[in-house]
Amino acid sequence: MKCAVVVFPGSNCDADVYHALTDDLGVDAHYVWHRESDITGYDVVVLPGGFSYGDYLRAGAIARFSPVMVSVQRFAQRGGLVLGICNGFQILVEAGLLPGALLKNDNLQFRCEWTTLRVDNHCTPFTSRCRKGQVLSLPIAHGEGRYHVDSDTLKEWNDAGRIVFRYATAEGDACREANPNGSLHNIAGIVNREGNVLGMMPHPERATNSLVGGEDGRWVLGSLVDYVERGCV
Amino acid sequence: MAVRTEDIIHNCLWQELGLKDSEYERIERLLGRHPNWTELGMFSVLWSEHCGYKHSKTALQSLPTQGEAILVGPGENAGVVDLGHGLALTFKVESHNHPIAIEPYQGAATGIGGIVRDILAMGARPIALLDSLRFGPLEAPWPRHIFSGVVAGIAGYGNCLGLPTVGGETYFDEGYAHNPLCNVMCVGLMRHEDIQRGVAAGVGNSVMLLGHSTGRDGIHGCTFASEELGENSPDRRPAVQVGDPFVEKLLIEACLELQRTDVVVGVQDMGAAGITSSCAETASRAGTGIEIDVTKVPLREKNMTPYDIMLSESQERMLLIVERGKENVVEEVAERWGLHVATIGRVTDDGLFRVYEGSEIVAEVPARALTDQAPIYRPLAERPTYLDQLQPIDEKRVQSLTDRDHLKDLKTLLGSANLASRRWIYQQYDHMVRTDTVIPPGGDAAVLRVKGTSMGVAVSVDGNGRYTYLDPYTGGAAAVAEAARNIVCTGGRPLAITNCLNFGNPEKPGIYYQFAEAVRGMGDACRALGTPVTGGNVSFYNESDGKAVYPTPVVGMVGLLLDIEKRLTVGFKRAGDIIVLLGDGPVALGGSEYAQRILNELGGIPPALDLEAEAALCEAVLDMVQARILSSCHDVSDGGLAVALAECAFRGDAGATGAKVHLEGDVAPPLALFAEGHSRIVVSCAPPKVDEVVRRAQVKGVPVRILGQVASERFSIFWADDILIDEDTNELTRCWQEGIPCMMS
Amino acid sequence: MVEYRALIKVMLKPTVLDPQGVAVRNSLLTMGYEAVKSVRVGKHLELTLEANSENGAYCLAQELCDELLANPVVEEYHIELAPAGEEKGGT
Repeated sequence: MKCAVVVFPGSNCDADVYHALTDDLGVDAHYVWHRESDITGYDVVVLPGGFSYGDYLRAGAIARFSPVMVSVQRFAQRGGLVLGICNGFQILVEAGLLPGALLKNDNLQFRCEWTTLRVDNHCTPFTSRCRKGQVLSLPIAHGEGRYHVDSDTLKEWNDAGRIVFRYATAEGDACREANPNGSLHNIAGIVNREGNVLGMMPHPERATNSLVGGEDGRWVLGSLVDYVERGCV
Repeated sequence: MAVRTEDIIHNCLWQELGLKDSEYERIERLLGRHPNWTELGMFSVLWSEHCGYKHSKTALQSLPTQGEAILVGPGENAGVVDLGHGLALTFKVESHNHPIAIEPYQGAATGIGGIVRDILAMGARPIALLDSLRFGPLEAPWPRHIFSGVVAGIAGYGNCLGLPTVGGETYFDEGYAHNPLCNVMCVGLMRHEDIQRGVAAGVGNSVMLLGHSTGRDGIHGCTFASEELGENSPDRRPAVQVGDPFVEKLLIEACLELQRTDVVVGVQDMGAAGITSSCAETASRAGTGIEIDVTKVPLREKNMTPYDIMLSESQERMLLIVERGKENVVEEVAERWGLHVATIGRVTDDGLFRVYEGSEIVAEVPARALTDQAPIYRPLAERPTYLDQLQPIDEKRVQSLTDRDHLKDLKTLLGSANLASRRWIYQQYDHMVRTDTVIPPGGDAAVLRVKGTSMGVAVSVDGNGRYTYLDPYTGGAAAVAEAARNIVCTGGRPLAITNCLNFGNPEKPGIYYQFAEAVRGMGDACRALGTPVTGGNVSFYNESDGKAVYPTPVVGMVGLLLDIEKRLTVGFKRAGDIIVLLGDGPVALGGSEYAQRILNELGGIPPALDLEAEAALCEAVLDMVQARILSSCHDVSDGGLAVALAECAFRGDAGATGAKVHLEGDVAPPLALFAEGHSRIVVSCAPPKVDEVVRRAQVKGVPVRILGQVASERFSIFWADDILIDEDTNELTRCWQEGIPCMMS
Repeated sequence: MVEYRALIKVMLKPTVLDPQGVAVRNSLLTMGYEAVKSVRVGKHLELTLEANSENGAYCLAQELCDELLANPVVEEYHIELAPAGEEKGGT
C-alpha cells in the first residue's frame, strides 16, 4: 500500500501520521506538499490534522483552495481512498467532499483527551478490521469538532449507515455524557455516499503504540492496509 | 526624526525611557558624545533589567554552570545538554509576567512564541512546552479572568504550533492577586552537529531578517517589563504584542530546513528589543561589528521612524547571519513557506553597530557597549523584619487539631485550588501531538520518548513561592530539590536546570535579600544534586502599588531515562502491593496547604531541607529503578502524605485505586497526615520485593517505613487503633476532579 | 475602476447553536443585565474592492462570500457597500 500524507502550511500531525504508517504499520508513506498537483500512484491519501493556514477564517476554509485539493477531488471521484483526520476532516467538509460543517465545541474550549468511539459501520474500507458496535479508544484534540448538518442529510446519512463513528461510553452507549464537543448525534466520523472518503475528528495515528497510550488506531489504519491489499471489504 | 539631541539634554528625556541620570552619563562616556534619540532608545532597551541583568548579574555568577553533560552553558539563546547517541537537548524557561497582567491571552501566547524561537535559534526542533503559572485566589473574578485567558493563550499558540504542552504547575495565592506570573519552558531536540550559535561571524556575511514584517507593536516592551505595575498600566496596552502562531509554525519549518543547507552561520531570536538586541548580541558574541539599513526591513505600518524599527518587538521574526552570496538559498526557503525575508545588512570588523536609513547613518554605537557594558549594580540586601517574627506553629495548637474531622479536611484540601486535579488546564493543551508523550500531564514529571532510541526524556518545572517567602534560602534550594525528585520519580536521572527568577523590585533591600538568598540556595542545591544551571531568565519589578509578589524562583529541569521501559508512574498498579515511604525528613505545617486552607494562615516556619539526604534519596530511587523492583513512585509534596497517597490511588489502575495505611509514630495525626516536608517519596512494590526495597534504601542511608497496602477501591488511613480517614476512593476522586471546574463555572 | 469598501457581516444561521452567544448572554445576566434576551456572535469583515459600479462591487462581494468568506452550510452573510475611505494601517 502506498500512502500520500498531504502537508499544508500549518499541518502539524503530518509527521505523526507518517510515523504511525511507516514505523508502526509498515506502510510505504510519502509526504506530498500542498502545492503539488500530481498524486498518481497512491492508494490512499491522508489529510492530516493541524491548523492549516492557522485555521484563520474557518478551520479548513483556506486549505481547500490549495492546488493539491483539485487532485484530491479527482482522486476521490475515481474511487481513491481519502482519510481526513481532524483538520483533514474540516478541510473535506469545506471542500464539499463530505456534507456538513464542524463548529466550535459547545464547551468553547480546545479539548485534548482520550475518547471512546463506537463503530457503527464496519463495512467501509476504513473499518474492515472492526466488528459492528466495537468500541475504540482514540484521542481527540480540537477546538472545532462539533459536527452539524441539515436534518435531511442527517436522515439520509443515518439511514444509509454512513455515520461510521460515534462518541460513546466504554459500553457503547452514545449518550450525552460521552459527547466531548456537542456533536450532532454524537457524530465523530462519516463517509461519503460512495464510501471511499472518510472524515473523523479523533486521531488514529496517535494510538498505534502502547508506549503512548494505546493501539486502537491500528483498527482504522490497519483496515485500510487490509482493504488495499485485498481490494475489497 | 522628531526628537533633537538638544531636547534630550534639555528635558532629560532619558528618564522617560527608564534610564537613570548616571546611566545617561555612562552612555555619554562610552560614546564620547551625546547619543541621538535612536541611540538612546537602543541603550534604554538593552540596558533595561530584562535584557541587561543589571541587578542580578552579581548574584547569578555564583551558580554552578559546569558539568559533564553540559554542551552549551549560559550566554546563548538556550543551554544544551548531551543525551548520548549523538543527540542533545536544549531547554529554557522564560517569564512573560507583565504582559499577562494587561492582556492574558496575547501575553501568554507571545510568551510561548518567544521561548520557542530561543530553542529554534539553537538549531533544535522544539518538542515540548511546560508552564509555571501563579494567580490570585480563584474566588475573585480578576484572577479567574487572567487564569482562563492565560491557559487559553498557551493553548491557542502552542496547539497551533503542534507542540505538546506536557507539564507544568499552577498555584493560586493572595501573594499573586495583583501580579500574576506566567513562566513558560520549551524543550528542543537535535543532533550535536546541528548546534547553532547566535553569532554574527564572518566579515562580509549578510544579515537577514526572516518571518513577519515589522510594525510598531511592543515598542519598549522590555522597558515595561522592568517597571512596577501601577495604576496607569492599562494605558500601556500598546506594549503588548499580538502573536501569530501560524507564521511561527512556518518559521520553525523554514529554519529547520535552512539548518540542513549549511548556509546559515548564526541565528538569533528577535524577542525583547527586536532588531537592536539581536544584532548587538550576535555581533558582540562574535567580536565583530554589524551594519544594517532600516529601509530594507519589510514593514507593515506606514511612517515608521528608524527609532520605531529598531525598537519594535513584532513577533515571529528571526535574525539570520548568512554566508555571503548564499542569500538566494534563504530566499527560496522563505518563498516556499510564504515568509517575509530581507537582507538588511552585513557583518563588519570594526565592532560597531551602525544603522543606516538609506545612505544616512542614524545610529552608530559599539555593539559591546550595548550588550556588555550596562552598569552592574550590587544592590543592598537587608533581611526583611517579617522573617524574624515568624514562629513555628506550636505544639499546643497542633494537639488541638487532633480531634478534627480529618476526612472532611482531606476533602477540602483535595478540592482546593492548589491541590485539585489540573485536568481543566491540560485538557485545553494538545499534550499528545508529536506522539512522544509517554507520561502525560498529571505525573510527577512528563516523559517523552526519543523515537529511534530506547531513551526517554523527563521534564519538570517547579517552584514554591510561599516557602520562599517564609525562608528564601530554603525556597530556592527546594525548587531544585523538588524538580529533581519529580524527575527521579519517573525513573529519570536529573541532568541540568534552567531557572526563572520572579521577584519584586530589587532596588528595595528586603527584596534583594530574598533574591540573593534564593539564588544562594539554588546554587547549593544544584551542586548537591549535580544539576548545573544552563541559563534562564530574571523577572524583577513584579510589584503593584508597592506590594511585591511572593519571591518565586522557578526551576525547569531535564532528566534522562536510558531505558524508557523502566519508567515509573504515580498510580498504584495492583491491590496487595506494599506501600513504602522512602525518606523521613522533618515535616512542618508552616507554609503548608493545610495551614493555608484549613487553618487559614500564612506563617510559621516551613520545613528544613537536608540536601545530602535529598541526594541520597534520589540515588536510592534510581538504584531501585534499575533493579525494576518498584510498581509506582510519587513525590510527597503539597498537602503532605495523605494527599500524596490519595493521588497514587486516583491514578491507580483498575482494581488498585485504594490504600490501607497505618501511620504511627511520634507525631500527632494532623502532622502525620498533612504536614509537608522535603525528601520524601512514596513507592509501592510487589510483596516479595519489599525486603529488597528496604535493603537498597538502607545501603544508601535512606530511612524507610512500610506504610501499608494497596487496596482495591477504599482509601483508609489509621493512626494507632484510630481510623483517621475511611472513604470510597471514588468519592475522594470526585472532590479532586470537580475542584477547578466548579470554581471556573 | 472605482474603489469600494464592502462591509460584510457573517452570522451563524438562526437554526445553528451559537455557544459563544450563549456564554456571552449568561455572563451578561450574571452581571445583572437581565434585559438582554439573546446574544449571537458573528464576524465582521471589511474589504476594499475595485469595480466598475456599485452593483459590480456588490456582485463581487457576494461571490467572495459564497466562495470563501462564509460557509453556506452553517452561515449567512449580509453585505453593505460604503464609499472607499482612508485605508487603515499598512499592507
